[in-house]
Amino acid sequence: MNFDLTEERQMLQDTLRRFLAGAEGDLWPQLAELGVIGALFSEAQGGFGGAGFDLSVVFEELGRADVEVPLIDNALLPGLLLAAAGESVEALIDGSERLAFAHNEQAARYDYNWVETRFENGKLTGEKSVIVGADSADSFIISARHAGTPEAEQGIGLYRVDKAATGLTLRAYDLIQGGRGADITLENTPATLLMEDAYGAITAAMAAATLAVSAETLGSMQTAVEMTAEYLGTRKQFGRPIGTFQALRHRLVDMMVELEQARSAVILGAGNLDAAPNERDFVLSATKNIIGRVGRLVTEESIQMHGGIGMTQEYALGRFAKRITMADHRFGDTDHHLEQFIALGVGV
Amino acid sequence: MDLSYSEKDEAFRAEVRAFLAEKLPKELSEKVRLSQDLEKSDMEFWHAQLNARGWLAANWPKSFGGAEWSAVERNIFEEECAMADAPRIVPFGLSMLAPVLQKFGSKAQQDHWLPRILNGDDWWCQGYSEPGAGSDLASLKTRAVLEGDHYIVNGQKTWTTLGQHANMIFCLVRTDTTAKAQEGISFLLIDMNTPGIEVRPITLIDGGAEVNEVWFTDVKVPVENLVGEENKGWTYAKYLLTHERTNIAGVGSSRAGLAAVKRIAKKVQARGRPLIENPHFAARMAQVEIDLMAMATTNLRIVSKAAAGQAPGVESSLLKIKGTQIRQEITDLARRAVGPHAMPFASDALDASNTPLPDPYDAGEVAGPYFNNRKLAIFGGSNEIQREIYSKHMMRGAK
Ligand SMILES: Cc1cc2nc3c(=O)[nH]c(=O)nc-3n(C[C@H](O)[C@H](O)[C@H](O)COP(=O)(O)OP(=O)(O)OC[C@H]3O[C@@H](n4cnc5c(N)ncnc54)[C@H](O)[C@@H]3O)c2cc1C
Repeated sequence: MNFDLTEERQMLQDTLRRFLAGAEGDLWPQLAELGVIGALFSEAQGGFGGAGFDLSVVFEELGRADVEVPLIDNALLPGLLLAAAGESVEALIDGSERLAFAHNEQAARYDYNWVETRFENGKLTGEKSVIVGADSADSFIISARHAGTPEAEQGIGLYRVDKAATGLTLRAYDLIQGGRGADITLENTPATLLMEDAYGAITAAMAAATLAVSAETLGSMQTAVEMTAEYLGTRKQFGRPIGTFQALRHRLVDMMVELEQARSAVILGAGNLDAAPNERDFVLSATKNIIGRVGRLVTEESIQMHGGIGMTQEYALGRFAKRITMADHRFGDTDHHLEQFIALGVGV
Repeated sequence: MDLSYSEKDEAFRAEVRAFLAEKLPKELSEKVRLSQDLEKSDMEFWHAQLNARGWLAANWPKSFGGAEWSAVERNIFEEECAMADAPRIVPFGLSMLAPVLQKFGSKAQQDHWLPRILNGDDWWCQGYSEPGAGSDLASLKTRAVLEGDHYIVNGQKTWTTLGQHANMIFCLVRTDTTAKAQEGISFLLIDMNTPGIEVRPITLIDGGAEVNEVWFTDVKVPVENLVGEENKGWTYAKYLLTHERTNIAGVGSSRAGLAAVKRIAKKVQARGRPLIENPHFAARMAQVEIDLMAMATTNLRIVSKAAAGQAPGVESSLLKIKGTQIRQEITDLARRAVGPHAMPFASDALDASNTPLPDPYDAGEVAGPYFNNRKLAIFGGSNEIQREIYSKHMMRGAK
């Protein structure tokens, strides 16, 4: 066993950390230029990474930094689906194109098999809800059912849809954690078939996204804990740093204990991203469940130990807290993954 | 022991319900239910309704025209108001300053300020905390120097809740810099329209504008606005804090919050079934409900020990800790319940067109309140400070 990063990944981490520390302006072309998007895809897909540990390195750094870039939504997810359909990912990797994958529907909650949007006679009709990164995308990959009941794993296809396509309405809004989301309504919207039976490709892409959001949250939690440690060392009340009160410093250590758990969970998830689907999803459910639990602890404790200042919009901690908490609302929450873990554990 | 409500209690509950049904407009209760921002006029409206009914001063002693409700009556009132999504009564004048004036104010101060509080002539805010003086309130630095018949006040207060609406602020100020920290503090009533006062908003984590910084530069305050004696302010401040903690358990608002979570969980679909049937979610909900049942009784046990019109003792620290834990747990349940729909940020209009956000579960904002309610364990003496207070009480014999 070896828990060190390879030289290339170490370099990727260092470069990205330096870049994000002083980043300004539109990050997208700069990230593409740095090769960050390419690192999300394998050589076979046209990139130069694509393994679990490439993803965990990239997204942990994004999470540590006070930036919000829809890299999961406008690159990773749609790129993996394009690749699965045998299409080129080049335009995503060089940053010239941004796509979004519109899959989630209100009744689906966190289940990937639940699709009610219909594909009939070359046209899509249905509603997609809370699609992150939709309005920063140039066009969409949309899932729809050409056969079967709403929950059937068979009969879900992937389609490409132009953003300006007829019958497509985009209602965009800000998200709590920063960035934008949208609801998309489709009414006889013309679409091009990408993939006929896509459930396997969807779950594989979602597994990668689950790892990515977990690593990103790990990075944000790391920052939140560091900020709290620093604050406890500098904020004085009763004539001394509040970190001298055991009631606080012991809780800081409790956060650290859980943060290490979260780090291991992300490493486990990264190491199993290429495992057989059931095993992959079993481990990633464990990862996401831990991230959800530790995320809540870190959010609540770091705000509490900051006192009033932790409650303000201006102070960066709040932004990290919101990203950490909202990650529990993406790709399955703590309870959803507990259920998945139980269900899949029977078979693994 | 008798756990049942008396006939008189039940009659009172019916009276409160009838009042709410008649006087609380639907648009207002909907705003409260959906966690939307209330206008100043909304809060003033509700204040006036309660005053007209004689229910505003209900907790004041009879000698000041109050009704001296019993703990049970107070509880019934709070619970019914919360369940009906009534706006909260802004507490700063009514339940913080008033008890201080009643106990320590001069006759002239009582005669002048108390009726104005009831009539809503003044909107009071609380000027205790400073950037360097939060938990360690006694270290406050805002200075007041007596010059002739005026104090000249310089310094800064912060976290001043709803200070943007206030025309009056009660402040703790330092009048003696040589004495021990607690012994050089005075309690001043300051007109917010005095030259030299500047109010700057602080935006909170959920985007809301409920707190402010208040800056004082050579602000002239007439000496008759000193409450009680100079340098005795700490005693009054502590007295006020015990009143601040009277309704700290927030049982009514927890009940309302839990009822809202149940409503949402019936609407949300998970795997083709209502979320309320999902065993994990149901277990989370049941756990909070069980805690709340017990806590409601703890609350009644503790507050009924205090005489009518009086604040409970040191046990209010225990109520604050458990009460806020439960309230926060409920906001956590609400955000879980709506799933991905927790993400849309309601304080910004949809596509800048002022169209409301998609809200398929009629839940209103849920993530915002989750973050906003972190404050419950921070203000009014943080939960850590409550533990300090209570542990000192328990360990008072220890050397
Ligand atoms: C939304 C909101 C509204 C408010 N409204 C008002 C208002 O209207 N008027 C007003 O005057 N104030 C108001 N406050 C201020 C509030 O009372 C203070 O935030 C509170 O006293 C804590 O002070 P602080 O924020 O400076 O945190 P600090 O005192 O710096 O505390 C930071 C952390 O250290 C902990 N800590 C401090 N001392 C100890 C100790 N001895 N042992 C263990 N832990 C300790 C605290 O519990 C906290 O977790 C408000 C605050 C908020 C957030």
